[in-house]
Amino acid sequence: MTTHPLPVRASRGRALALSAGVLATALALSACGARAGAEAGAPSSSGGESCVDTSGDTIKIGFLNSLSGTMAISEQTVRDSLDLAAEEINAAGGVLGKQLEVVGEDGASEPTVFAEKAEKLISSDCVAAVFGGWTSSSRKAMLPVFEGHDALLFYPVQYEGLEASPNVFYTGATTNQQIIPGMDYLKEQGKTKVFLVGSDYVFPRTANKIINAYAEANGIEVVGEEYAPLGHTDFSTIVNKLKASGADAVFNTLNGDSNVAFFKEYKNVGLTPEAAPVVSVSVAEEEVGGIGVENVAGQLTAWNYYQTVDSPANAEFVAAFQAKYGADRPTSDPMEAAYTSLYLWKGMVEKAESFDVAAIQEAADGVSFDAPEGTVTVNGDNHHIAKTAYVGEIREDGLIYPVWQSDGPIEPDPFLEGYDWAEGLS
Amino acid sequence: MDALLPQLFAGLSLGSVLLLAALGLALTFGQMGVINMAHGEFMMAGAYTAFVVQQLLPDAGVSLLVSLPLGFLVGGLLGLLLEVTLISRMYRRPLDTLLVTFGVSLVLQQAARDVFGAPNVDVRAPAWLSGAVPLLGMDVPRTRLFILALAVAAVLALSMVLKVTPLGRRIRATVQNRDLAETSGVSTRATDRLTFFVGSGIAGVAGVALTLLGSIGPTLGTAYVVDAFLVVVVGGIGQLKGAVLAAVGLGILQAGFEYSTTASLAKVLLFVVIVAFLQLRPQGLVSVRTRSLA
Repeated sequence: MTTHPLPVRASRGRALALSAGVLATALALSACGARAGAEAGAPSSSGGESCVDTSGDTIKIGFLNSLSGTMAISEQTVRDSLDLAAEEINAAGGVLGKQLEVVGEDGASEPTVFAEKAEKLISSDCVAAVFGGWTSSSRKAMLPVFEGHDALLFYPVQYEGLEASPNVFYTGATTNQQIIPGMDYLKEQGKTKVFLVGSDYVFPRTANKIINAYAEANGIEVVGEEYAPLGHTDFSTIVNKLKASGADAVFNTLNGDSNVAFFKEYKNVGLTPEAAPVVSVSVAEEEVGGIGVENVAGQLTAWNYYQTVDSPANAEFVAAFQAKYGADRPTSDPMEAAYTSLYLWKGMVEKAESFDVAAIQEAADGVSFDAPEGTVTVNGDNHHIAKTAYVGEIREDGLIYPVWQSDGPIEPDPFLEGYDWAEGLS
Repeated sequence: MDALLPQLFAGLSLGSVLLLAALGLALTFGQMGVINMAHGEFMMAGAYTAFVVQQLLPDAGVSLLVSLPLGFLVGGLLGLLLEVTLISRMYRRPLDTLLVTFGVSLVLQQAARDVFGAPNVDVRAPAWLSGAVPLLGMDVPRTRLFILALAVAAVLALSMVLKVTPLGRRIRATVQNRDLAETSGVSTRATDRLTFFVGSGIAGVAGVALTLLGSIGPTLGTAYVVDAFLVVVVGGIGQLKGAVLAAVGLGILQAGFEYSTTASLAKVLLFVVIVAFLQLRPQGLVSVRTRSLA
């Protein structure tokens, strides 16, 4: 027998198991913490006088996007197009004769960081307006900061609607400009059995509530509704259920990496876009390359802009963007909405002839811009913008081509007040 | 019920993915007691290896076959580097190792982002792996069959190495009783290094295989590393057999839960089962009986 104290290894083994457990718990907790923090919201800030300095020949604006963390993939592209818009506006003489001075901040994919950085941009950098945010949780976290300081946020991403703050301008689509047109298209194509698949968080669940109400009113049967946790990597069970459901169309609100696993599985079990097309609302040009064009060719998306939209404004935008960042860089809906948001702010400031928040809110209604997606117009009541909806098909070259578009811009209706079947949704 | 067979296969297939992810960890965590949080990033390195190889060799079939050994080498060399520079300095300090390797995993993720860019990349599957084959009345995706076969091959190869080769004997000797192995002339340092090389190499192979199923991006590893740890802990630390049983068991349970409830709830139920199981059997499915455990 050895003289070495025997239980040492045993207890070490248990300590290891224990520490792995502790670690897993810590990871889970930190994720919850971030969310709870987001809901608890930002520091309770009192209003107070704006410190925006309009005396010089420059005016400060803030760009707040995630340049690190999981959302950096998407938000970096928005930052790039915001930078492009600022550069163009400065080259053309600025806003009210003042050159834009951009203060860039990193939201780090954390709602709490977004709230802190928004606070910093407003109170210590004294910017005239902030442009950015992507996830709904980042927007919700920033909301009390902007309302508390009576400052302005321009939010460039399609979202779940049901919100209208006087301090936010929403330049992405609300549900009646993206989800409902997507369903309209499926209905026109004679689809009667829709399967819903989405990531498990607020946007897909709200979107699917709307789709269910729409389906019921329009004689479409929802044959399945499945949610996968964010970051879910194995879709064999969900795709098995989908296949067994006999669906003739799929409405996909999955977010991020899950799309890759979903589309690979979809193709591998032998499902095709001809038999059951998938309409996605979170797959844009940049994501197509990562999913692999061979896995999504022929599938559909619902957005308000594609790189292929045929308009002089878009040709200019794409050329300018690719000249600045490289010919291999695609342009997508949120990028275009961000680019547009800066020009809309410029239009509002020039109409108000002031950088003052109250004056801008006053002047906002009816401000319009010939955006790459087509003409957009600000709705002064709900601070969303009228946009044209496009259903697009992903083709072999990795770009998305419009196959259907709405009759002109659709008025924003974030609370779906104009739809009878939407009554009772909240 | 005609859903039973497809779901059983889905579970088996999920189990094989878990097993590939966990096999290397069973070696480094299970046998050496090193909590390597960067294990997932070695998988990510393997996946990017497959991407780079495909850029150089456009034929998807050839590039997959070349990527498998190359992924092993890339993962293994990264592991070796980590072992020599950092981990070797902190054996017997598991919490420090955990923190350091967690830091390394963040560094590796950012490095991948800087080299390959933040967006995901795509690796095309070879034509002979696309589509499904009819099997027992169901359509089984070829990629899943391939991964199943790869997992079986990896387990067989690893257990052969452990059983019959001199390296395997030295690894087992070091695991069972480090002091005695050392006094018997086994260089435990060299053994540690080789074990880490092999364990990390298997992670690289797993990464190559995962390109057939999911996304290839800087954060690929983080999606799998927690599940891989679960497999090793449930399986019983220090046993290959345990990892195999645990991976297949957890895979089938997950698929079953997911079919009868939802994907989110399935994850919760799975954790409940694991916690309850570890209450009853903290040592895992298969426990090691060695002299030093006594």
